[in-house]
Amino acid sequence: MHYQTEAWGSYMTTRSSTMGDPLERIERLASENAVVIFSMSTCCMCHAIKRLFCGMGVNPTVYELDEDPRGKDMEKALMRLLGSSSAVPVVFIGGKLVGAMDRVMASHINGTLVPLLKDAGALWL
Amino acid sequence: MSFTSTQLVTSRRMGIYDPFQQISMWEDTFKGDSSPNKGVSTILQVDARLDNKSEFISHESGGPSSTDQEENKPTDKVQRRLAQNREAARKSRLRKKAYVQQLETSRLKLAQLEQELQRARKQGVYTGSALDTSHVGFSGNVNSGIATFEMEYAHWVEEQQKQTFELRSALQAHVSEIELNILVELGLNHYHNLFRMKADAAKADVFYLLSGVWRTSTERFFLWIGGFRPSELLNVLLPQLEPLTDQQVLRVCNLRQSSQQAEDALSQGMEKLQQSLSQGIGAQSVNAGNYGSQMAAAMDKLEALEGFVIQADHLRQQTLQQTSRILTTHQVARGLLALGEYFHRLRALSSLWAARPREPA
Repeated sequence: MHYQTEAWGSYMTTRSSTMGDPLERIERLASENAVVIFSMSTCCMCHAIKRLFCGMGVNPTVYELDEDPRGKDMEKALMRLLGSSSAVPVVFIGGKLVGAMDRVMASHINGTLVPLLKDAGALWL
Repeated sequence: MSFTSTQLVTSRRMGIYDPFQQISMWEDTFKGDSSPNKGVSTILQVDARLDNKSEFISHESGGPSSTDQEENKPTDKVQRRLAQNREAARKSRLRKKAYVQQLETSRLKLAQLEQELQRARKQGVYTGSALDTSHVGFSGNVNSGIATFEMEYAHWVEEQQKQTFELRSALQAHVSEIELNILVELGLNHYHNLFRMKADAAKADVFYLLSGVWRTSTERFFLWIGGFRPSELLNVLLPQLEPLTDQQVLRVCNLRQSSQQAEDALSQGMEKLQQSLSQGIGAQSVNAGNYGSQMAAAMDKLEALEGFVIQADHLRQQTLQQTSRILTTHQVARGLLALGEYFHRLRALSSLWAARPREPA
């Protein structure tokens, strides 16, 4: 699991402030790694979801929205995307939205999560 | 008041009405009555109709003989039939009277119970009488959401016992797969209802659910985030289901693993929550001003508990559903029976333990 805190710095200096659509950014970040989790450092459900992936041997990329200057906007965008009052945790696999804790757990239980992870290259046999 | 059989069945569950054998007969009689009038007038209307009916019967039988001018004298056969009809009609009227009387007394009883319930709710006393002796119904802040849950859960347990019994009978009688499937769907749906009830209760008082006070003491021993562990569920279910096909064995293995991983993840999330809360409360505040913000932060953390209970129930539900996908109808039926019996025995153990003879101090 690696946290993309240093990357924020490079984003701020190299990108212009007009590139600002939070949803676009979310989608871009989501497509850059096999497993991407948007989280908040204080959120315990986020901790649970991280432990789930680590327990499976997956190495997710985590973005802590509360440690990001643009985090608030991204949080709002995620809430709209999910249609839910809580933005985090939310998981993207292979650039595609999987969902919050309930979706992730449901797909793990019904056996669709592991193939998804393998297809995205996050898991090897 | 409309005398539909469903209403009577519900009342029967509440232990108020005695089972009526005449239900189907009366149903046919009442079916034509579409008036919105209350009890008494409906009964009178029906009364009139029934009386007409019985008289009509005797009239009908006597018909041929009275209209036929040639055979003025009624034959013995006809006379006997007339007498039988009169007797049947008389018995019918008596049965109806008894039935209506029972209904009226039960209606009064129901009204009484409803009043008592209202009073009890206002006083904040939980109606835990339906649960076993080891349960302590506690009075405290008035929480109608929890009072509702307690009542609904008591019914849920009763219904589960009934379904378990029906499953056992059905399996022993080797009923068709279609019939078995109906029972299986009922059983799975019943658990679904429990999780829905618990979600409402979690909103009302999450600590109530987490404490397990709504369950018997032995069940509480196994409590994990407000209910049974999904892994425990599988351990109870699966040994009952031999033999499994190779493909089933593989899928069961995967299910065991994934549910265990999800269980562990939620457990770790809860531990993190405990740590975080403990640290937040424990931090020494030098000035009084910090106390307020400290408490506010702690309150925010507690909000997360409801989410964990919901996710834990979600996991239980998903595990049950996946099990039902892997297994045949017959296997799921046996599994549900095993589960029902398991919880029944656990509850019985609670009562036995509470009642065990102890050395005087």
